[in-house]
Amino acid sequence: MTNFVWTVLPYLCLAVFVAGHVWRWRHDQFGWTTHTSQVLENRLLRLGAPLFHLGVLGVAGGHLMGLLVPASVTEKIGISEHAYHLIAVWGGTVTGLMLVTGLVLLIIRRVSNGRVRRVTTRMDKVLYAALAGMALLGMIATVGVNLLGGGYDYRETVAVWFRGVFWFQPDPALMSGAPLVYQLHAIGGFLFLALWPFTRLVHVWSAPLAYLWRPYVVYRARRSPAPSPTASPDQVRDAAREPSVRR
Amino acid sequence: MRIRAQVAMVMNLDKCIGCHTCSVTCKQTWTNRDGTEYVWFNNVETKPGIGYPKHYEDQDRWHGGWQLDEKGRLKLRSGGRVKRLSRLFVNPDLPSIDDYYEPAAFDKDILVNAPAGLKDTPVQQPHSALTGEPMALTWGANWEDSLGGAHEHATGDPNLARMSAEAAARVKFEFEKTFLFHLPRICEHCLNPACVSACPSGAMYKREEDGIVLVDQDRCRGWRMCVSACPYKKVYVNHSTGKAEKCTLCFPRIEAGQPTICSETCVGRLRYLGIVFYDEDAVLAAASVTDEHDLLEAQRAVFLDPTDPAVQEAARAAGMPQEWLDAAERSPVWRLISEYKVALPLHPEYRTLPMVWYVPPLSPVLDAVGEAGRDDTDADDIFHTIRELRIPVEYLAELFTAGDVEATAGVLMKLAAMRSYMRARTLDGTVADDLLDGIGMTADQVEAMYRLLAIAKYDERYVIPAAYSKDAAALEAQATANQDCALDCEGGPGMTKQASAESFHLVEGEQVRPGRPGLFSRRADGRRGFTINPLRGGA
Repeated sequence: MTNFVWTVLPYLCLAVFVAGHVWRWRHDQFGWTTHTSQVLENRLLRLGAPLFHLGVLGVAGGHLMGLLVPASVTEKIGISEHAYHLIAVWGGTVTGLMLVTGLVLLIIRRVSNGRVRRVTTRMDKVLYAALAGMALLGMIATVGVNLLGGGYDYRETVAVWFRGVFWFQPDPALMSGAPLVYQLHAIGGFLFLALWPFTRLVHVWSAPLAYLWRPYVVYRARRSPAPSPTASPDQVRDAAREPSVRR
Repeated sequence: MRIRAQVAMVMNLDKCIGCHTCSVTCKQTWTNRDGTEYVWFNNVETKPGIGYPKHYEDQDRWHGGWQLDEKGRLKLRSGGRVKRLSRLFVNPDLPSIDDYYEPAAFDKDILVNAPAGLKDTPVQQPHSALTGEPMALTWGANWEDSLGGAHEHATGDPNLARMSAEAAARVKFEFEKTFLFHLPRICEHCLNPACVSACPSGAMYKREEDGIVLVDQDRCRGWRMCVSACPYKKVYVNHSTGKAEKCTLCFPRIEAGQPTICSETCVGRLRYLGIVFYDEDAVLAAASVTDEHDLLEAQRAVFLDPTDPAVQEAARAAGMPQEWLDAAERSPVWRLISEYKVALPLHPEYRTLPMVWYVPPLSPVLDAVGEAGRDDTDADDIFHTIRELRIPVEYLAELFTAGDVEATAGVLMKLAAMRSYMRARTLDGTVADDLLDGIGMTADQVEAMYRLLAIAKYDERYVIPAAYSKDAAALEAQATANQDCALDCEGGPGMTKQASAESFHLVEGEQVRPGRPGLFSRRADGRRGFTINPLRGGA
């Protein structure tokens, strides 16, 4: 079981993540959208959406830093273990709280506003539940364990195992000793990646950075060939009157 | 010079009776679907009034269109590229659905299934199309029709706020003193579209062949910047699909040489459709003119004279077929805009170079007493009359000439002079030469203009050449080589699904591949995807 969870499951999830995106991109361009509902409700969104998104950007940056950069590298460039800990815990707490506040506002908005509730799909509900679960586990790990509790150095275990996944040498032993909340957060993270391509989260990959360099007015030629001219109503009428006259 | 053709429209407001047939047929054709209940690609407004959506002309509030920055460069009023991207998470300029109206539906079964012999007529209660809850109707797309509620709302008309206090004081909302005219509006299909320029994902584009502005439904990612950037608020969010939608100028009809559905069904026959040639390289300079009062002339100057041999040569060089050159020469739109100069753009000060122009309406003379001693054929008298119309010239000037009263008065003068000239001509056969001198037109021109405005037939009002393909020669070769099935053979270009209301969706270059049924085949609506799509289920 341990082997499956820490060595097989990540690859299954990553495979679904990649294949799912390829499938969605090729077959559901029409559904590939933020699915904005701002036009239906603006008051809660105005506060919730920026909080959530900026929080997510901070949290994502923190995860990249914590998981991908080995402790030896930060040591080498002169960041002490203590300094790193302060940055990680406080940065994580602040951006995490932004994320949670924004998410709570957005969920309240989804539930309380009848207009928004009506356009909420089943997949949206799954996504909100997954986001809430991940945020909860993450906040317990950061605030509960590292800020208020005794602390746990995930950089020696979780991060090493995580990098191992990408070297195709994941070491299950590193994870089996980690606290339960870290284990759940890690499994949840991979499951979340597997869920990603099937939700509106795909809009993340369409972040329109190219807009910064694009000319303002876009011209495009018609792709499909011109349709054959159809008879106008007066032509149809006249043809009926004089059947001998063929157009 | 880079010559392009644009399908443009002119509406003669004198003839609009406000029957909303254009709106209804447009809605039936394009926006009778989930998520577009509140959307009217074509709507008819009563002016003065706050419009649909409410106060859309107030750009201090919505930040639509373009403006010049302190260095005189053209920029979107809502800010530059970086600022726009910083507002992706929430767009502060986006109108909410309450600025349009909450769409309602009625349960018709109550009427159909009512038992016989009821003493009272059963009553349908409106239910919100957004929530399904019972609701009270408090606003709609034409709530202000024929000045409904004008005494309460119409003073909020943004055009009144821009007029001088003295002129605005002449706009009255008491029943006996008021005035109104109808303003049908569709997408302007601008030469310098703000919506296209604001679209972060590059999904909106202007077609090279005919200038129609469209949203690629496959590329739209729902960033909703186009909605707020359009100063006319003619791009809408479909809250069911989460994508932007807008007036398509009925491109499947235009491509087939037919007028748009709003034009086709226009009861007053006030719409004119035709192509104009313009110089794409001149657009930016015309939109960047410093003085707003010069914008009208600058916009006219972007158009190219289709009778000029040099222009014709350029059009041929650009690959346009002879049919298009002929259509441009016969274009009623070109004649009304550039030859007679009686059509004016709606809000040129938005600097988008709109391509739906309007012939402003005449109205009864305000001062009935002074009217008695007037000489109908005296140019001076007509000019004074123009200043005393029930619809103040200043108001029309805010709509059509960025507040330039002289320009609007000049157009009204032409229209009034044309009437007087034709009246004299018809009643006693005299030619009122001083009227012609006053407006600087020849007798032939005035009579041709009269014919175009008053009695033009279907094929004079709508001069639309069918779409052409740059590879027409190749298609023809294929047709000759394969006589039996011509273009309709399997895999041939004739097999391409023609765009229709059901596939509001641009079919990209990829063809339908026959013989590949199953999960990944094209759905009935022309989109690629799972036949049963788990992602959109339950929505």
